[in-house]
Amino acid sequence: MGLGGFFTSKLDTAIGWARKYSIFQYPFVTACCGMEYMATACSHYDIDRFGAGLPRFSPRQADVLFVVGTISHKMAPVLKRVYDQMTEPKWVVAFGVCTCTGGFYDNYATVQGIDTIIPVDVYIPGCPPRPESVIDGLMKLQDKIATGVQRF
Amino acid sequence: MTGAAILADLGERFGGAIVETHDAHGDHTAVVNRDTLEALLRHCRDAPALAFDMLTDLTAVDYLKYPGREDGPRFEVVYHLYSLRHHHRLRVKVRVEEDDAVVPTAVPLWPIANWLEREVWDMFGVRFDGHPDLRRLLMYEEFVGHPLRKDYPVHRRQPLIGPQI
Repeated sequence: MGLGGFFTSKLDTAIGWARKYSIFQYPFVTACCGMEYMATACSHYDIDRFGAGLPRFSPRQADVLFVVGTISHKMAPVLKRVYDQMTEPKWVVAFGVCTCTGGFYDNYATVQGIDTIIPVDVYIPGCPPRPESVIDGLMKLQDKIATGVQRF
Repeated sequence: MTGAAILADLGERFGGAIVETHDAHGDHTAVVNRDTLEALLRHCRDAPALAFDMLTDLTAVDYLKYPGREDGPRFEVVYHLYSLRHHHRLRVKVRVEEDDAVVPTAVPLWPIANWLEREVWDMFGVRFDGHPDLRRLLMYEEFVGHPLRKDYPVHRRQPLIGPQI
């Protein structure tokens, strides 16, 4: 490895480390999973420990899109629009089984998994997922952010 | 008025147009011909003794393959009426065939019927003659079919709408 490659990989590591601890989430909350999201975000489980304590309610200021709750066909264009409005680098977390696969809403109105609309980085199953699962998913996302190729 | 008295009054006025009446579980119900429906609803709203000034619900039922109803008309459109003045209720039903699923609109009588009829059109595909703006209410324009019909396939997937990927 040449000197340039050495510096690039070290820079990648440093940026990855910084990025994984400064997650600004956009909570796209549509359904009951939102309650569990709030429970996770509040002081008892405290996702601020993972540097994810500041939700942004504008997609333009967010890095991670938390899709929390059932996405209906009518909501699908809205979700796509919000995803498109987020600036790079961006990641997507599918929170709860409805966003992963449609869950038990196997019917005419529900999108069968948000990965039919937008790319997803981490899936957190559960109906709703326990805060422990959410934190586990968040840590997996942090690993993914830290070890990925950093574009800037 | 008691439910029985209401049914008696309607029977006296509309006679043969009333196909059937019952009071199952204390809910007095009149099944009427489609041709008489509009006049009957108007009478229910305007007659001082009835004064059904509120349409609490308007929905439909699909009787496809319903035990004992295989030969009858497929759909029933159901009107639930309530009188704020007299505190009495009435249920009115009208039966329609699948290939002629049209019912006269109730929008001129109760403006709330506007959205309720749009919902019935959306979910069951029953049309309302004279409705000012009969568009889908819950589903989107591109949706194909009427999802609450009993023969709508449970696993049918509709095309995604909105901006393409």
